[in-house]
Amino acid sequence: MSGHSPALAGTAGDPASPVHRLDPRAKIVGLVAVVLVAVTTPLAAWPVWVACLALLAAVAAAGRVPPAAVWRRARFLLPVVLLAAVFLPFVRPGGAAHALGPLTVHQDGLQTAAAVAAKATIGTLTAVLLALTTGFPQVLRGLEAMRAPRLLVTIATFMYRYLFVIAAELGRMRAALAARGYSPRNALHAGALGRLATASFLRTHARGERVYRAMLARGYAGSMPRGAPLALGPADAVFVVAVLVALVPLRVAAGVAG
Amino acid sequence: MSCAIHIDGLSYRYPNGQPALQSLDLHVGHGERVAVLGPNGAGKTTLMHHLNGLLRGEGAIEVAGIEPGAGDIAELRRRVGLVFQDPDDQLFMPSVEEDVAFGPLNMGLERAEVSRRVAEALAAVRMGHAAARAPHELSMGERRRVAVATVLAMRPILLVLDEPSANLDPRARRELLEILERLEHTIVVTTHDLPLAAELCERAVVLAAGRRVADGPCREILADPELLARHDLELPAGFDLAGVAAR
Repeated sequence: MSGHSPALAGTAGDPASPVHRLDPRAKIVGLVAVVLVAVTTPLAAWPVWVACLALLAAVAAAGRVPPAAVWRRARFLLPVVLLAAVFLPFVRPGGAAHALGPLTVHQDGLQTAAAVAAKATIGTLTAVLLALTTGFPQVLRGLEAMRAPRLLVTIATFMYRYLFVIAAELGRMRAALAARGYSPRNALHAGALGRLATASFLRTHARGERVYRAMLARGYAGSMPRGAPLALGPADAVFVVAVLVALVPLRVAAGVAG
Repeated sequence: MSCAIHIDGLSYRYPNGQPALQSLDLHVGHGERVAVLGPNGAGKTTLMHHLNGLLRGEGAIEVAGIEPGAGDIAELRRRVGLVFQDPDDQLFMPSVEEDVAFGPLNMGLERAEVSRRVAEALAAVRMGHAAARAPHELSMGERRRVAVATVLAMRPILLVLDEPSANLDPRARRELLEILERLEHTIVVTTHDLPLAAELCERAVVLAAGRRVADGPCREILADPELLARHDLELPAGFDLAGVAAR
């Protein structure tokens, strides 16, 4: 087996659940709607965010996705997306100012930070939930069926497939360095990592050539064959309508975007 | 339809000018199973890639009734199924099912026919249960079997396998061998695994530095330790050719 981490690949929950069995397009549309509602909501209308989170929780529960599985993925993304919010109270002036040691915290900055954090969290949880209940290949099929640019879908398809192969190769190279006593202590020792990156690039390039030959050998003539057609069913329509009915009236009642 | 291979005076140089094949002659008849043996760098893989039209050398070559340089290359690739050495090169789609469907879809087949062929090819390699799985979730042995299925789904008449038993543990190797033995295709297989050659093939061709240096019944070639040693080949210590069921 290649060294992929189960925490970062595949789906979670009950594969036979109504959520898992939805057409990927329905999930993409429904969950993108959740994100759009969340990002257009101003801080004053914060109950809309609570509704978004409640809806995501309901989807997770229906798919029997354990919170721990969501956390395992979200913990890699959340620190990155929340990083932007952390600095806002200090750099965005406006409103009342409070001294915090040598720094000054601004009221407007705090509010913006709270809004950015809420939106980023909802966006991240939505993406994680889509991945956990759909699986990357199905998301790609959904995007292809929704007429996303085929070249981008093809690139993403290969990236997903070879991410695991390249990660396993990198893991072996790192093990080979460690096995010969490589333990970097200062920047001067980083040279080996540079050579590892070079070797990895060359190997990946060579693999690309071999994969292309393997594609030609099976009749590839310049365009990827289309995947099996997807079929929207009543459950898919119900899901999208339910998401819209749950969130759009709330969002409209909350007023203009802030 | 002929599935024979007719190669006369085939020469090929790597892009750096080094010769890979030198005036090679090889003729393979319908239904034959031929092991192509030789040390690393002998030109085995280069030869395999010529059979599918991936490489073009100089000389006369006709495979499965088609001249790769002049004939219908798409039809050639349908007739000649090439299984690469590293299944991670061969399995490039996100799921087993999509990968096995890749060839038939490129052939322009109807969706229902593609599904039928995918099911049939996966059943032939005993991997029907893994259709929805991702290649990276499979063991090396399973990946190799799926790689064979990806070409079986194109219903080739000639099967070309490049080092099929490389990196397999004994059990996975045995399972693959059993699957290959049941196939009725004309098979050309390159390998360092001489016991596999003995079990699977009735004929062996030894390549050295891009030339054919021996060609004959597999057992006779494998029973000639001097010939093997001259070309950096060796049967495992204690291996008894007489214990292998004759093909």
